[in-house]
Amino acid sequence: MTPKARNRLVAVAALLVAGGGLAFLALGNLGANLVYYWTPGEMLSHGDQAYGPTIRLGGVVVPGTIHWDAVKTDLEFVIADSHAPGAKNVVVHAREIPPQMFRDGIGVVVEGTFSKTQRFESNRLMVNHSNEYRAPKPGEKPNLDTLQDPTAASARSP
Amino acid sequence: MSSALGYGFVLGGLACAAFGAVVGITSGMMQKDGGYPWVRRAVWGFFACMLLANLTMVYALVTHDFSVSYVAHVGSRATPLAFTIVSLWSALEGSILFWGAIMGSYVLAFALAHRRESPRQMQLALGTMMAVGIFFAFLIAGPANPFEAVFPVPPDGPGPNPLLQNDVLMIVHPPLLYLGYVGMVVPFGVAVAALLKGEFSPSWMAPLRRWTLIAWTFLTAGIIVGGWWAYKVLGWGGFWSWDPVENASFLPWLTTSAFIHSTMVHERKGMLKVWTLALALASFVLTILGTFMTRSGIFNSVHAFSQSDIGPTFLIFIALLIVFCFALLTTRAHLLTDERKIDAPVSRETAILVNNLLLVALTFTVLIGTLFPLISEAVRNVRVSVGEPYFNRMAVPGFIAVVFLMGVGPALPWGRPDGASLRKQLLAPTVAGVLTAIVCVGWGLRGLWPIVTFAVAGFAAVVTLRELFLPAVVRMKEHHENALLAFVRSAQKARRRFGGYVVHLGIIMVAVAVAASSGYSQRTARNLKLDEPTQFGRYELILRGFTNGEEPHRTFVAAKVEVKNPSGSVTEMLPRVNYYERSTDPIGTPALLSSAREDLYLSLLTFSAEAGTASLNLFIFPLVGWIWFGIPVIVLGALIAAWPPRRRSAESSLPAKAPASSDPPKQAERGAA
Repeated sequence: MTPKARNRLVAVAALLVAGGGLAFLALGNLGANLVYYWTPGEMLSHGDQAYGPTIRLGGVVVPGTIHWDAVKTDLEFVIADSHAPGAKNVVVHAREIPPQMFRDGIGVVVEGTFSKTQRFESNRLMVNHSNEYRAPKPGEKPNLDTLQDPTAASARSP
Repeated sequence: MSSALGYGFVLGGLACAAFGAVVGITSGMMQKDGGYPWVRRAVWGFFACMLLANLTMVYALVTHDFSVSYVAHVGSRATPLAFTIVSLWSALEGSILFWGAIMGSYVLAFALAHRRESPRQMQLALGTMMAVGIFFAFLIAGPANPFEAVFPVPPDGPGPNPLLQNDVLMIVHPPLLYLGYVGMVVPFGVAVAALLKGEFSPSWMAPLRRWTLIAWTFLTAGIIVGGWWAYKVLGWGGFWSWDPVENASFLPWLTTSAFIHSTMVHERKGMLKVWTLALALASFVLTILGTFMTRSGIFNSVHAFSQSDIGPTFLIFIALLIVFCFALLTTRAHLLTDERKIDAPVSRETAILVNNLLLVALTFTVLIGTLFPLISEAVRNVRVSVGEPYFNRMAVPGFIAVVFLMGVGPALPWGRPDGASLRKQLLAPTVAGVLTAIVCVGWGLRGLWPIVTFAVAGFAAVVTLRELFLPAVVRMKEHHENALLAFVRSAQKARRRFGGYVVHLGIIMVAVAVAASSGYSQRTARNLKLDEPTQFGRYELILRGFTNGEEPHRTFVAAKVEVKNPSGSVTEMLPRVNYYERSTDPIGTPALLSSAREDLYLSLLTFSAEAGTASLNLFIFPLVGWIWFGIPVIVLGALIAAWPPRRRSAESSLPAKAPASSDPPKQAERGAA
């Protein structure tokens, strides 16, 4: 083997090892940091698998379940698959201030983890705004109540 | 009326692009010069049609002509004029139309700047760019047509997305980003022309690098301004979240940065030729991929995406591009052989090679993380996203290594260094780096990554500053010039190098600011009561009440928060919640108290005027402002580097020659150092 060919071989081998190592590292890290997009029902159907990984749970706030302690910034509510009565639901606990438009029945996405105590510990709460801007549909009232009375939409204290 | 006119211009643009591409590529491949004037006319035609189509759309927007589909989609009579014009790029169809206009301008600028170059190469380059033009003109004419006629004509429209009307930065950010994206068309055309011809004359290196640098500068500014906008407007207290849309702009940034460095090795040593061209092609493919990712809405859901025609059209184009680039590189690579090999494992060229491999590795990891959710949903039908920790864990060490190389590379000579001078070169910066780390720890800072970043930044900053000022010091001694004159002269003598180091300085600034602001940010949620002071960091906050107001397109409620600085001065901050007339959801605007040391950032979440309470997210971000201050530094450096050399005579219009001539003194100065 000529020195030139050997050098080339070494370079190719080094690149392959580096590339392989990088891919291994990337995919390993990727697998450990996946965030699953589930509804409460989907999450519950995954059983034990649901304990541990980061989950982005999307659903609607069940009316009358919001408990907000402003002093301790402690928020608890129930999130369900849909507005239908009897839809699968999960208790969510968060230690952050709900945004102004957070209210009964609104669509929310919470990110966090699910534990065996059947409580979802959220560290991020997002109210579903439609990403694409949408004009109020015919017959749908724009949130004038929040406009006129700013207190109407704020989360109530228990 | 506007509909028909605008659509006519788009079709005209499509015809010009098709004509220019066919004539340019065929006559270029057949080694004939006859087609060149026609290609140039086609370029003019494409530019004019695209510009007129855009002006027609702006006219329709300003006159509220709701018979044009795009106006009906984003226009509204209530929107202020500035935002009405800006809504040209606020949604998909308009932004692609705008793409067309920028592209027309770039191609025309290229054709004019290099009109005296060899016609054969110009034909191929312009023909390739026009071929890209076909795709975009086709997209505008077909799947993303903004000029569809609407009947019955609606009396009013919804107006652009409220988030886009919140801040002036949104007027600036998209055009900057587009100028960056579209600018890559020019290097792509030049690189493809070189590969098609199978030869790459050194005279093309300078234009290739310069046009890439222009695009890179816009892209860099666009990315940082985008982060600034997110920080100022979105209110979640951050500027970067590894969102697919952000990554889309970041990927071509990585490859163009690698490209700009590898051209230096290419130019000086005649090495890495194929690699350099491959990077130019990859950067362009990534900009198209980026446009696709940001504009097709694919990240909302793979399934929603297939309902529009734009996504598939883009996918076909990307697939064609990738196949074409691979075919070109594999069939032509043997024609571009490297003239030399790397002599020493420790040298400038090795440092640049390692920098390139690192940047490409970063591109690869970010790309995997960005595309994985799409693949997962398409193949397994599992909706996932890749969490921020993945990106941080993968990218942060990579970036620190890049900053480290920013110090190592310039300290090393080209070719074979001798050990003694090498040690001398690296001693002071290393000491500076270690001292930085010790001072940081002594100051009470903790956390591995930020401190490593500061140390590496200290190391790189010393090297960069030395490279910037040492030539001037040498001149002062040798030519007995005063400091300012020596500095300006030394900069003029090696402008590209000088500009490059200014850019490095800007990047180091941004790196330090990013590390400090994300490593040492403080965050808390507080419920403020009227007139009751709260302590946060060095600040004392008191809620003094609420105020509301009206602006043409929105009304708002703001909490009046009195902030007492440690220095004793009192400022009133007004974090607010905005209500847009036509939007159902209120949108907050955070309030900022910025200083060179840190930003105090208040984001109003809920409030009750009756109870006299306001709940806020409070953040402190150390040094965050330096990220935005990095923009002018980087732009200045890039301008110094990219500014065309002064023409010595009318004939020597080849911009390629002059910059090369500024290089030889480097060795002498290096030796003097």
